[in-house]
Amino acid sequence: MSTEARKPPPQIALKIRRILGGKAGWNGVAVQFAFAAILGWISYEIVSNARANLENQHIAAGFGFLRNNAGFDVNQTLISYTGSDTFLRVFVVGLLNTLVVSVVGIVFATLIGFIVALCRLSPNWLLSRVGEIYVELIRNLPLLFQILFWYLAVLAALPNPRQSISLFGIAFISNRGLVVPSPIGERGLEPFLAMLALGIVAALVLRFYARRALFQEGRMIRIWPYVLGLLFGLPLAAMLVFGLPFTFELPQLKGFNFAGGARIIPEFVALTLALSTYTAAFIAEIVRAGILSVHSGQMEAGASLGLSRGATLRLIVVPQAMRVIVPPLTNQYLNLTKNSSLAVAIGYPDLVSVFAGTSLSQTGQAIEIIAMTMGIYLLISLLTSAVMSVYGWRVSRSLGA
Amino acid sequence: MKRVTLALTLALAAGLSAQAADAQTLKTVKDRGMLSCGVSQGLPGFSSPDDKGNWTGLDVDVCRAIAGAIFNDATKVKFVPLSAKDRFTALQSGEIDVLSRNTTWTISRDTSLGANFTGVTYYDGQGFMVKKSLKVNSALELNSASVCVQTGTTTEQNLADYFKANNMKYEVIAFGTNDETVKAYEAGRCDVFTTDQSGLYANRLKIANPNDHMVLPEIISKEPLGPMVRHGDDQWFDIVKWTLFAMITAEELGVTSKNVDEKAKLENPELKRVLGADGNFGEQLGLTKDWVVRIVKTVGNYGEVFDRNVGAGSPLAINRGLNNLWNKGGLQYAPPIR
Repeated sequence: MSTEARKPPPQIALKIRRILGGKAGWNGVAVQFAFAAILGWISYEIVSNARANLENQHIAAGFGFLRNNAGFDVNQTLISYTGSDTFLRVFVVGLLNTLVVSVVGIVFATLIGFIVALCRLSPNWLLSRVGEIYVELIRNLPLLFQILFWYLAVLAALPNPRQSISLFGIAFISNRGLVVPSPIGERGLEPFLAMLALGIVAALVLRFYARRALFQEGRMIRIWPYVLGLLFGLPLAAMLVFGLPFTFELPQLKGFNFAGGARIIPEFVALTLALSTYTAAFIAEIVRAGILSVHSGQMEAGASLGLSRGATLRLIVVPQAMRVIVPPLTNQYLNLTKNSSLAVAIGYPDLVSVFAGTSLSQTGQAIEIIAMTMGIYLLISLLTSAVMSVYGWRVSRSLGA
Repeated sequence: MKRVTLALTLALAAGLSAQAADAQTLKTVKDRGMLSCGVSQGLPGFSSPDDKGNWTGLDVDVCRAIAGAIFNDATKVKFVPLSAKDRFTALQSGEIDVLSRNTTWTISRDTSLGANFTGVTYYDGQGFMVKKSLKVNSALELNSASVCVQTGTTTEQNLADYFKANNMKYEVIAFGTNDETVKAYEAGRCDVFTTDQSGLYANRLKIANPNDHMVLPEIISKEPLGPMVRHGDDQWFDIVKWTLFAMITAEELGVTSKNVDEKAKLENPELKRVLGADGNFGEQLGLTKDWVVRIVKTVGNYGEVFDRNVGAGSPLAINRGLNNLWNKGGLQYAPPIR
C-alpha cells in the first residue's frame, strides 16, 4: 500500500475570497459581484438609451462614417493621404502627427530640462541665475500664449518663399517652412540598409561583451574604434560594391512655392519649440530635486576617488537621482503629449485638429469621435507610463534597491 | 476643452433623459424669459460684438427678430459665440435654441445632425482673397499656393474639390477660429485666404491695410446660409422659419420700422392680414396677432436689416445681388401670409 502525499487544498478559491471579499469572506465576494453587475447594467442603460435617443432625433450614430470619404486635405501627412481617403485614414494621419510632435518634443524637453537643471546647480553664479530665470519665466506663462508667440515670432522672422534664405542652394528657409532635399532610393539602398543594421547589431554585441568583461573580470576593453569601424565601414563598403544608396531631389521654386524636396512646416517647428521649452522648465526642477535628494556625501566620495565633477555626476549621482526623477518625469511626458492638442490654435494638423475638429464637424458624430479621441489619448498615456515604469524598475533594480 | 464639455453634455443628455426629443422649445424660452442664440465668434456684418459688448449683424438680427416676436423686446436674447466646430453640438445638446451662425445649408447637415434649416438669410458663395502684390487675377492662377482656411467648414471640402477639379496643387493650413486664420494669412503664412465671399469682405476690414488685398472674381460654390433648429419641435421650426418670411414679406409690402404703425391703419386687405388686423396667423404659430408688427419694429424688414449690417449702410457695402427680392432680380422669396 503506497502512501501518496496529500494534495494542498485548492488555492484559487481562497485567493479569490481574499482579494474580493477581504475580511467579509464569501459575503464580501457576493457584494462585489452585485456591485459589478449594477455598474454593468447602468452603463448598458446609458449606451442603449443614447442610441435610442439619437435615433429618435435622427442624429447619425455608429462608426460607419469611418469608411466614408473625408473630402478635405491635410498639410502634413506621414503616410500618403489625399482628400478621397476615408475618415479612418484621417484618424491615423492625425494620430501620427500627434505622436511625432510628442516624441520629438519629449526628446528635446528632456535634453533642455537636464541642461537647465545642471545650470541651476552649477557653482557658477551667472549660469545658475540664467537657469533660474529660465525656469521662473517659462513655467509661469500660459502655454497657449507661448505657442502663439513662437508661431508668430517664427513667421514674422522669416521671408516669403520668393525671398527665401538659401542654405548653399540646397535647403531653403521661408515662412512656408524649411525645405530640404529629399532622398530617393536607388539600387544600392537595400544592401546599404542591411549593412547598417548589421553594424548596429555587431556594435551592441561588442558593448555587451565589454560590459561583462568590466563587471565580472574588471577588465577595461576599449571598443569605440571597432564600433566606429562597424557603423561607418560596413555601409561604406556596401556603397562601394553596389553603388549609391540614394540620390537627392533638390527643391526648386515654382510659382508660389517650392516643388520637390521634403518640408518641415513652421507649425511643427513652433509647436515643438513651445512644448519642449515649456515642459523643460518643469523637467529642470524635477531633475534638480532628484539630484539634490542624493546625499552630498556621494559627491565628496566621488571626489575623494579622484573622479572629476562631471564623472561623479554621471556615474554616481544621476543614477541614484533617477529613482526620484522617473515618476514625476513620466507625468511631464504625459502632460506634453496631452498639451500637443493645443496645436489647432496654430493650424498644426494633429489628432484633435483633423479628427476631433474637422472630421467632427463634417460628420456631426460628436459622441463617437470624442470617445475615440479620448480613448486613443488614454492609450498613448498608459503606454508612455508603462514604458517609464519599466525603466524606473530597471533603474531601481540596478541600484539594488 | 469646450468641445469635450459639449460632447459630454450631449452624451449625458442623450443617455440619461428618457425623452430627449423636447417638443417645447417655445415654452422653455418663455419660461426662461430669454432666447438662447448661437452666433459666430466675431464676423463683422453677420455677428460680432461691438466695444460695449452689444452684438450686431445680420445673423444677430434674425435672433433679435425671433425675440421680438415672442417677447416684443429685442434685448431678451443671450448670444452664445460658437466656433465652426462646436456649433452643431451646441444645438444638439440644447445649449442654444436656434443656431444663427452663417451656416451653409447642405443635405448632410440637414439629414444627419438631428436639425433642420429654416430658410436662407443670405445667399453666398465661396471666394478667394489674395494680396494685390501677388499680381494674381484669377483663382485658376493659384497652382501650388498655400491656402489658409477655418477648420470645420464646407469651405475645406469645396477647396479640395476645386483644386482637384482644376488639376492644381495646393497646401492647406486649417485653423480653429476665424481670427486665427486671418492672422496667419496676414502674417504671410499663406498666399490665399478662402471663405464665403461675404466673409472675405468682412474679414478684409480686420486686416491692417485692407486696400493691399483683393477678392478674386471666382465663386466656386453655392453657400446658402441660414438658421437651424433641432428636430422634433415643429412649432418652433415654424416660428423661426416664418420670422424670416415675415421680414421678407414686410420688405415686399414696403413696411419698414418707421412706417409700420401707419401701414397697420390702412384699409389694404393684404396689409391687414400680414400686420394682424385680420386673421389669427400669429396665434396659430403660438405667438400674438401682431407678430409681424413686433418683428418689424424690433429689427426692421429684411432690406433694412441687410442694408444696416452688410449692405450700402455698412462698412462692408455688399451689393444686394442674389439677396434682392425675387421681383427685383434676386432670390429672396417668401410664401404668402394667408
